[in-house]
Amino acid sequence: MNFYNDNDSLAFHLTHPDMQRIAALKEDGFSDAPNYGDAPADAAEAVENYGRVLSLVGEIAADVIAPNAEAVDQTGPHIENNGVVYAPGTTQNYEALKKAGLFGISMPRKYHGLNFPYVPFIMTTEIIARADTGFATIWSLQDCAETVSAFASEELKDKFLPRIYEGATCSMDLTEPDAGSDLQSVRLKAVFDEHSGRWMLNGVKRFITNGGADLHLVLARTEEGTTDGRGLSYFLYDRSEGGLTVRRLENKMGIKGSPTAELVFNQAPAYLIGERRFGLIKYVMTLMNDARLGVGSQSVGLLEATCREAERYAAEREQFGQPIGQFPAVRDLLLHMRARTDAARTLLYETSRMVDIAKAYEAKGKNMTPEERVTYKWAQRSADMLTPLLKLSASEYANRNAYDCIQVHGGSGFMKEYACERLYRDARILSIYEGTSQLQVVAAQKGIAGGSYLAKMEEYDARLTHAELEGYRNSLREAVEDYKTMSAIPNTAESAYDYKRMQTDVAASLIMAYLLLLDCQRQLEGDTHCGRSFLPSARYMVAYARAEAARSLSMARSYAE
Amino acid sequence: MSYKIVVLVKQVPDTQNVGPDAMNADGTVNRSALPAIFNPEDLKALEMALQVKDKFPGTTVTVLTMGPERANAIIRDALSRGADKGVIVSDMRFAGSDTLATSYALACAIQKIGPCDMVLGGRQAIDGDTAQVGPQVAEKLNLPQITYAEKWVDISGSRIRLTRRLDNGVETVEATLPALITVTASAPDCRYPHAHRLLACAKAQAEMWNADAISPDMERLGLKGSPTKVKKIDNVVLAHKEGQRVETTETALNGLVVSLMKDHIIG
Repeated sequence: MNFYNDNDSLAFHLTHPDMQRIAALKEDGFSDAPNYGDAPADAAEAVENYGRVLSLVGEIAADVIAPNAEAVDQTGPHIENNGVVYAPGTTQNYEALKKAGLFGISMPRKYHGLNFPYVPFIMTTEIIARADTGFATIWSLQDCAETVSAFASEELKDKFLPRIYEGATCSMDLTEPDAGSDLQSVRLKAVFDEHSGRWMLNGVKRFITNGGADLHLVLARTEEGTTDGRGLSYFLYDRSEGGLTVRRLENKMGIKGSPTAELVFNQAPAYLIGERRFGLIKYVMTLMNDARLGVGSQSVGLLEATCREAERYAAEREQFGQPIGQFPAVRDLLLHMRARTDAARTLLYETSRMVDIAKAYEAKGKNMTPEERVTYKWAQRSADMLTPLLKLSASEYANRNAYDCIQVHGGSGFMKEYACERLYRDARILSIYEGTSQLQVVAAQKGIAGGSYLAKMEEYDARLTHAELEGYRNSLREAVEDYKTMSAIPNTAESAYDYKRMQTDVAASLIMAYLLLLDCQRQLEGDTHCGRSFLPSARYMVAYARAEAARSLSMARSYAE
Repeated sequence: MSYKIVVLVKQVPDTQNVGPDAMNADGTVNRSALPAIFNPEDLKALEMALQVKDKFPGTTVTVLTMGPERANAIIRDALSRGADKGVIVSDMRFAGSDTLATSYALACAIQKIGPCDMVLGGRQAIDGDTAQVGPQVAEKLNLPQITYAEKWVDISGSRIRLTRRLDNGVETVEATLPALITVTASAPDCRYPHAHRLLACAKAQAEMWNADAISPDMERLGLKGSPTKVKKIDNVVLAHKEGQRVETTETALNGLVVSLMKDHIIG
């Protein structure tokens, strides 16, 4: 079994026409090729290399991680000698990935990384999340390397990045008992100790994923007397230097293999990352968008798992003399589950591509040409506006699919014997952590009020030229009209949030429907990477977006009356 | 201390994942319908070789196969998992080889590679299931042979000790190097490829040696050197007569075990 090779929609997204450009930008002239045996000589080889590594990850996900998922869920981690001990299956998963040299996928080659862009990294998370969503949280924390890489000094990079490749575990310590969604209220103190010449951390962090990690990125208050985000700085803390107590592990509803810890820092020496005062407003904010992309990929992995579990059961289980999947009631459930998965996935990789393009140009800094600057701004704006839609929709869809997956299983699905029960519990956190769905709606408001979602829809509409898809495109245009009409209706104070939520959901549905149609267009133009057509999913999403736009418009009118 | 190891490998049709179109109407194997894979027990032999390399730096592992050029796929696979070098012995004159002719060609190739401490290989290949090639190579090279090997117990200088998995138990044996070892299915799985090696070896080419390169007696090659004559192949279809579907639940599986015990099939 192989979770990459058995899902050719991944190869379809990996070979998107923009990927060659992304690979070329990331490899910056392919200058590593003479010095590193694993560096590609051109863009085509780079994309092939992504596929090779994804296939390796797919094999480990299917052979090691997925079979361990049930026992990991049952056993979970525990505290021993002030450290977190993973469930045996989690350790086995981690070791398999570490021995295969897979930690540090996005790091530069000089730190033993593979120098991969975001799209293939996000794809690894999707593949691993399909095997075990809880383990995907531990896996994707290697992204801490990205923060160190982007903002820390050369000295810190040289010291810590090779350790991440060697398998040092990572965590991001942001949340505190009184600072969850509101990170500006972080209180954990960092004081510079003149005597030792080190920053010392003192305070408590809560709900820290992988809290027993070797390396921690810690958000702390450095500016005495401040109370907002501008008094916060970002630190790298090495567990081996002492000063950290793991006080407790949470007993959670889902992703039970992923340790969630309460940490007490007591005179813990740490390294300042970048500049003081930029901790929250720059470094964490950058990281937060990445983290939301990460949750998007976990959600899509879980969506794929729910489809597979439901499809398999519906094919095996017979009632009234035929497999239940042949009854329209079940068949439609399966179709809708698949459509949500395809929709969330195409948005996931579109967003990831925008992140890749933006990051690549950003790295050029002042060397950008005026044309490049235009592309950079477009990609950055696109990434910023698509990320909340992705996080919102993918996580909500994951919950809906987990619900439907149990529904397909009927009474058996309510029993602990089937994986769908675990998927249902694992899905629940996705619409909460790294910014709740409600916060994503808030984050999307800039794009709604500023018209950038509308502009995005028009951009996609203009690209949609295939005659066979004209009918669907016209349907979407009607829905876009409803979306515009709705924006012109004044909302009342009582309905303000509901109104924003509806607008955001409609924008997300429309954008996903457009992207699915563009995927269909690629297939109609001859792309054969994915053996099945996206048309059934696109047809459903177009109908759904249209109905949702009409319903929301109607509700907005009622509210306004 | 370091060792020179040759691992005998074979690319085989994936007979374990057989689709409906795997057999031709005449009862022969439809090779195009079966993906070509690394023979599973050869992968386990490779793992045992790599374990020696882990423990004794400087050890070199050469993988050797007889087959067409497309066997490069398994050579690359072996390199990405940690092997150092690959050799393919390939020539139309090898066509139609039975186990005798195959083991003769492989023995000649091993002699060309030069003196080595260990020759490892899978117990048998999943296409022919003869388990003859390993032992025949040992005989031709006049090497002591250990079959059904499962696990290293000790390697010290020119003495090795390992366990053999037999029908009724496990036997620990000792041998003096050089020796030939065939590895059984219960041995540990091979490690995964390493990402950096996977990319670095993606386009690697094995050394290709033809019959002249290994300078054998041409009479002992291919069809001429193969006394085995296949008289007839029967396609045995096991008809489904009485079946029972068991759900993959704890309760249903327990029920199955209980009924098998009641019928004295197990227990």
